[in-house]
Amino acid sequence: MADVNAKFSMNIYLCGVGGQGIGLLSEVLIRSCMEAGHPVKGVDTHGLAQRGGIVASQVKIGARLFTPRIPPGEADLIVALERLEAYRGIVAMLKEGGTVVYYDTEYQPIGVRMGRDQYPAAEELEAAVAARGGRLERVHLEDLPDPRMQNTALLGRLSSLGAIPGVSAEIIENNLRAVVSPAALEANLEVFRRCSHAPVASQG
Amino acid sequence: MSAFSDSLIQKEAWSGLMMGNHALVRAMIESGVMVVSAYPGSPTPEIGEALLSVPEEQRPYHFEYSTNEKVAIETAFGASINGHLSACFFKSVGLNVALDSYVQMPLLELTGGMVVILGDDPGANSSQNEQDNRHIARRAYSPMFEPGTPAEAYRMFKAAAALSQKYKILVTLRMTTHVCHAREVIRFDALPQHDYDWTPRYNPPHYLAYWPITSNVFPLKRKTFAKLAAIEKDACSSEFTEEWAPNGKAPIGGRRLGLISFGIPAYSLLENLDESGASIDILKLGITYPLPMERILNFLREHDDVLLLEELDRVFEPEIKSACFDAGITCKLHTRTEVEHLMGEFVPHRTWALLSALWPEAFAPRMAAAPAQEKVAPRVAQMCPGCGHRSAFHAVRELIEQEYPGAITVADIGCHTLGSLEPYNMGTVLLCMGHSNGTAAGMTIGNSVEKVGDKARPVITFIGDSTLFHAGLPAIINAAIYNHNITLVVMENYTTAMTGHQPTHANGEYGDKLNIPDVLEKCGVEFIRSVPAYQQDAIKDALREAIANPGFSVVIAKHPCMLKFLREKARKLARQKVMAPRS
Repeated sequence: MADVNAKFSMNIYLCGVGGQGIGLLSEVLIRSCMEAGHPVKGVDTHGLAQRGGIVASQVKIGARLFTPRIPPGEADLIVALERLEAYRGIVAMLKEGGTVVYYDTEYQPIGVRMGRDQYPAAEELEAAVAARGGRLERVHLEDLPDPRMQNTALLGRLSSLGAIPGVSAEIIENNLRAVVSPAALEANLEVFRRCSHAPVASQG
Repeated sequence: MSAFSDSLIQKEAWSGLMMGNHALVRAMIESGVMVVSAYPGSPTPEIGEALLSVPEEQRPYHFEYSTNEKVAIETAFGASINGHLSACFFKSVGLNVALDSYVQMPLLELTGGMVVILGDDPGANSSQNEQDNRHIARRAYSPMFEPGTPAEAYRMFKAAAALSQKYKILVTLRMTTHVCHAREVIRFDALPQHDYDWTPRYNPPHYLAYWPITSNVFPLKRKTFAKLAAIEKDACSSEFTEEWAPNGKAPIGGRRLGLISFGIPAYSLLENLDESGASIDILKLGITYPLPMERILNFLREHDDVLLLEELDRVFEPEIKSACFDAGITCKLHTRTEVEHLMGEFVPHRTWALLSALWPEAFAPRMAAAPAQEKVAPRVAQMCPGCGHRSAFHAVRELIEQEYPGAITVADIGCHTLGSLEPYNMGTVLLCMGHSNGTAAGMTIGNSVEKVGDKARPVITFIGDSTLFHAGLPAIINAAIYNHNITLVVMENYTTAMTGHQPTHANGEYGDKLNIPDVLEKCGVEFIRSVPAYQQDAIKDALREAIANPGFSVVIAKHPCMLKFLREKARKLARQKVMAPRS
């Protein structure tokens, strides 16, 4: 068990597009937080997840937990699986000075496809995070073997950043083993290790 | 067999992370539930997922997905009056489908015990309304439990099952979306020994015992009212009627302040109190029908100002206010004042706003954040790439635009409901499961060339295969018998896709007995064409023919759900891969 300050608390907001694997991401994160000794509560807050809609999951850690819901503008850490959803998360949920880690991939919604809405560029995310005094981390692997491993790449980066106190690479690996299906485990561990060990600058 | 399903049937007590829906399954197994039935619907499908995760030969219970909620609740009822503890689950509006049977059940002796789990949806996260089923339990005289956390859901299911067995009455457990989908660490008890005796024990003490006909209604009601009176006493001493004083009981400014709430809103208030430090007491209700009125009145007597916080409708408010009137209570009882308060979930930042409007000295008003400058493109759900519905809708839309510009399209419930959205905009009227051909029938009446000449408009309906068997058939039979001039497009994808690919009664998982064209033909439908959903010209030809055909006509657009199909294929491939040695 990690030495956890009784007063420590953290709100983690996870978001992406249906089918990107937010369920696995949040399951591994919650279990890892628990293993690191944090009291934790979580809740999935999306409706029609499978149908290309928005998926979101909220995780709260800390000794004084009553509900798992994060108020708007109160997320210390946003973990996003897609650029537009990262942008939406920043605008609605990011706390002043919070951290955003996102996988830079693009799933255009219908309004963008029909030329009515704008899809945000990476610079717009940077500006939005800067306006909130926060820190933005972009994750993207040119040679990712399977887009279904984007969530694992994010977990790797979270571990290399030490984004959640006490949640080490070893702990996340343990929980990947517990949650990922045996057939996909080795390939996922490879991606995880690449992202958790490689120096941050070389991954972009 | 997985670690997850192992944990559901583990004999020893244990503690672990669990989602509310999954925790209910452990509670069912601990309670000795023998029969479970359901129709899939958000926010409850994960209950079925957990029930099915236990290998069939190790399940102490029988579980089935029924054709609809009415059949599901009747199946559970039949098991219960045969002496077996049963449970049944569905989404909020599922109770509307089951209602005809549900309202009878609390009047009858459910000898085995039975619990109905409802997934209500404050906030309308995944439902066509946010109906408050606390009304319905009262109308039916079914005692109700309302948990606010997964751990409470687990404990309350067990208490609901025990109460149901004690009084042989139908008990309702009202979950809400974010209790179903919340995850936390729960301490699970050891598994008690159950004998699982399948002997049919249907043995009515009197030939009218399960026969609620005129002469029998009053005696049955008297019996139920007596049970409810006893249950109200139980509710007063229940462990789920809790008084919380997180910051001590000292009065504020000489006035003793209190809160009455239940479910998630009670925890939101607790969070607000933790933040504010104000010494305000909470009476937290768990059994909410019948209300533990003596406890509520005592709480009111002990306080000067109390806020009653309900989520959605004013259900407890009239009951508590009239009891206050009778008891001569002088406590100032505050309730919600604005229409906006009758909608949506009471998450902590909303309850804070209510509290600060009432007691600003204890809950400092917070400025609403200025609206963000950034404009973020909306994202709505869409049909998946490869989905056959997309192709079918494209063909129907093109045909209507080019040849039948005034055509009216009527949607039903399921994945194909998304056809109402851009870019198809097909199916612009929607009520509920199975409504399409009833609504359309009304739109065809008088809508004929004979009556209105060239102002007549074709009426086209859509329905999926699971919905067709759920509640679609009665309106289809009606349309066939009266020969209403509707063109029905059956969107056949061989699964219940929207809620996570539960089997339909026609997709081969139950054998090939139900072939949709055969069924329709037996229902009296004379015009039936089947076309692959990806053959757009064939769809258009079939539709032209169907629209020209005076009377009820059906075009079946067939294509397997690609999400399900591709996942199954990927799983199969992955299994082969893991068997092969790594190079």
